[in-house]
Amino acid sequence: MVRKIRLTLATIFFVCITLMFLDFTGVTHAWFSWMAKLQFLPAVLAINVGVIVLLIVLTLLFGRIYCSVICPMGVFQDIIAWFGKKTRTKKERKIPYTYSKAKSVLRYSVLGVFVLALIAGVGSFVALLAPYSSYGRIASNFFQPVYRWGNNILASFAEKYDSYAIYDVDVWIKSLPTFIIALVTLVIIFILAWRNGRTYCNTICPVGTVLGFFARFSFFHVTFDAEKCKNCSMCSRNCKASCIDYKTHTVDYSRCVTCGNCLEQCKFGALSYKFGTPSLATAFPKPVVIEKPAPKATAKAEAPKAEEKAEVKDPGLRTFLTTIAVGAAAAAKAQVIPEATDKKVDGGLAEIEDKVAPQRATKIVPPGAISLRNMKNHCTACQLCVSACPNGVLRPSTDLLTFMQPEASYEVGYCRPECVRCSEVCPAGAIKLIDVAEKSSIQIGHAVWTAELCVPLKDGQECGNCARHCPTGAITMVAHDPSDPKSLKIPVVNEELCIGCGACENLCPSRPISAIHVEGHEVHRTI
Amino acid sequence: MGAGATVAAGAAVASCAPKKNAEYDPAGHHTTEVPKGTMTYRTNPTTGDKVSLLGYGCMRWPTLPKPDENGNIIDQERVNELIDYAMEHGVNYYDTAPVYVQGQSERATGIALKRHPRESFYVATKMSNQRFAGQGLSPQELLKRSQEMYYNSFKELQIDYIDYYLLHSIGGGSGIPLLMERFFDNGMLDFLVKEKEAGRIRNLGWSFHGDVAVFDYMLQLHDEGKYKWDFVQIQMNYLDWTHAKETNPRNVNAEYLYGELAKRNIPCTIMEPLLGGRLSNVPNHIVARLKQQEPENSVASWAFRFCGTYPMVLSVLSGMTYMEHLQDNIRSLAPVVPLSEADLAYLEDTASLMVTYPTIPCNSCQYCMPCPYGLDIPGILVHYNKCVNEGNIPESMQDPNYKKARQAFLVGYDRAVPKLRQASHCTSCNQCSPECPQRINIPEQMQKIDAYVEKLKQGTL
Repeated sequence: MVRKIRLTLATIFFVCITLMFLDFTGVTHAWFSWMAKLQFLPAVLAINVGVIVLLIVLTLLFGRIYCSVICPMGVFQDIIAWFGKKTRTKKERKIPYTYSKAKSVLRYSVLGVFVLALIAGVGSFVALLAPYSSYGRIASNFFQPVYRWGNNILASFAEKYDSYAIYDVDVWIKSLPTFIIALVTLVIIFILAWRNGRTYCNTICPVGTVLGFFARFSFFHVTFDAEKCKNCSMCSRNCKASCIDYKTHTVDYSRCVTCGNCLEQCKFGALSYKFGTPSLATAFPKPVVIEKPAPKATAKAEAPKAEEKAEVKDPGLRTFLTTIAVGAAAAAKAQVIPEATDKKVDGGLAEIEDKVAPQRATKIVPPGAISLRNMKNHCTACQLCVSACPNGVLRPSTDLLTFMQPEASYEVGYCRPECVRCSEVCPAGAIKLIDVAEKSSIQIGHAVWTAELCVPLKDGQECGNCARHCPTGAITMVAHDPSDPKSLKIPVVNEELCIGCGACENLCPSRPISAIHVEGHEVHRTI
Repeated sequence: MGAGATVAAGAAVASCAPKKNAEYDPAGHHTTEVPKGTMTYRTNPTTGDKVSLLGYGCMRWPTLPKPDENGNIIDQERVNELIDYAMEHGVNYYDTAPVYVQGQSERATGIALKRHPRESFYVATKMSNQRFAGQGLSPQELLKRSQEMYYNSFKELQIDYIDYYLLHSIGGGSGIPLLMERFFDNGMLDFLVKEKEAGRIRNLGWSFHGDVAVFDYMLQLHDEGKYKWDFVQIQMNYLDWTHAKETNPRNVNAEYLYGELAKRNIPCTIMEPLLGGRLSNVPNHIVARLKQQEPENSVASWAFRFCGTYPMVLSVLSGMTYMEHLQDNIRSLAPVVPLSEADLAYLEDTASLMVTYPTIPCNSCQYCMPCPYGLDIPGILVHYNKCVNEGNIPESMQDPNYKKARQAFLVGYDRAVPKLRQASHCTSCNQCSPECPQRINIPEQMQKIDAYVEKLKQGTL
């Protein structure tokens, strides 16, 4: 019963949260964004006291059902573990898991470092360990492209049948370093979950550790009836958290995720999930000396974990990743083909160079982010906003301190006036909810003009596309020669009116670098 | 309709019984068989050439993506098939130009025609030196480049004489000054006259778009006997007959152009009889209107028969990309059954209805392309016109079909034109408009469409 309820709820949460990462229409966001706001770490970062209290009370009542139902990373591991179990030989399947001792030192030191990083505002480190955002990166980097390709196949059918119901969307890697991190995370999580179930949750995950602490005192918990127990070990063998010791009839509640698998496996009714007053004895069972050496599995579990940590701390790797990214950008630049300007014959299309991001002195974060600091301190880098951005503006940062957190750039599109999707989905308070009217008055940056790239001065052709598309009328075209009102016009920017949306930068005909670009504001202002 | 036109139409109609609506036409105006050996021919008064009333415009040859996906190349195999089919069905007039289809048309046309006896077809090509003008070249340099272009046409077409040679698209740009620069100041026209005397050009004429002063000037030269024009190519169709000014005040009614030429007994070749397909892709209720009259004939057939009705028309050119277009046009003109007075009046009513539709008069001729900033100008305009014809241009958010029309416009826009080639990227540099034979103010239209798209996207219509 417990298992069935858990499976049903977990499926609902997992599917809905995953859909949010896949969806590009903004439909699911309106319905399910509360599920993201229910995530523990985002709630902590958003200082969402209600949610934090709710989750703690929930854990105190029922144990770590958060980890089995609400956390998409937890459910994702259950799915992987389920397949892992299915593919094993019959003999192996008999003993999928074994009891192992709690790795308390490891758990609490990871948590300690994590809290320190959180306080110090090293968002990139926080983001690496957080379960929900790790899942978000996997979903946005791997599941979303697959979903979009599927959509595009349907769209091509729709086009054939002259239907406008389904339309084509772009698929692109928004940041190579983040993609690599997501890939590494996926591989590690996959191996851990495939072989040993919930290793990540009970050794690394800081949320698991915190909730595990409260779960020790939970009112409802799995209890042993020593009278009925025949010491068959079925419960231990089927505990993906490796927290049941059938020999001593104890369950480590700090690691139990209340999945209910053991309850169904026990043929003798020795295990039940019921109300019991928490006591110190059950909360902190005495460590039992087991004759057998610690199962191999834990040792294996530690190896990839160490790898993950190394990847976080090693600045060499960071540099390497950045180098790859820079290299890719340079390669893209090298492929540039000159424009067809010498018109000799009719027809054909001129080549269009890809835009390259300008060097911005201050980076741009989306409206609602309030300030660079607010973004840095609150964002868990879950990529939900990046996935939701329909204009290709948001992408994960490659800077060390804000690694994988979103930043805006305008090579693909610009921050369109009618869109506030990132602010609607952010669960962590990094991007506060705003409406379209507010957005039109939030200055996230200002436009800067570069004379030597500007088409009227460079090519001697009339332009003014920036001024034409400025939503706030901040750009005026003026004759570049003040003494000759008929001379070609150049743009001048009224920084007081400019909101930094990037329409001018994105639509500037100068390629690969735009002649007008946006510099971010450290603290957003309202005009 | 003016008096001159009525006379001309009457003369043509006299030779053929007016066609009644309900009557089935045994001459082949139905959709199954394509008639052979029944093509209508018109005689060139100067050379006695028997020219097929249906002429092949070589501006819209089928293309394939290049192997490296960088642009297009002509699909020669299909060109061969189309020309073989056309020859077999009596089409003997082929009109090309050095600049057509990204400069590949002459060669492809030459390759296909080479496979037929030289005396079985007439080739028309043009002096497209408008590309060299206005760049500050000296007259000598301009002459030199123009002559190179002229000699190159022989090479590309693999022929040693040209049947019909045209000064390409005069009247565009600045009008008279551009005409002077291209042909008079540098002696290019005199050079061509000498070439005609030498027999390498059999008929000398010009194609006209735009400034009526140029048209009148050229005819004045003819009247004064300074130059003799063997033929003139004009834009003529039932919409431009009297409504040219309604699409653009600077355009000239075909009724006037044809009338002036007919007066002087100068035969004319017709371009844009179908306005680049705009007279076949018409709003649905206009289709219904025309089909009601002649259910078995295509909408396009009306446009071809309209031109064929006028006796001074030597050949009606159509850029037939598809075999079905070629077949349908053969049905319409082999032989032509001229329109009756009643039919012409009916078409005139239809035309008055059509000009009320706010389509942009782009015929996808590609003269404006390539846009240096990468826009797909005809693609954008074709999409817009399609939406006009299909009723997908909502005027306000209160429109009953607003949501559907908005989706159709925006999704269709992204499908028709890649984002980077859409109207939002127009810099209004205006290098395109002087090239446009329809004199569309392209930047203005781009900005209009872009502003409309913005309203749809922002939901502020």
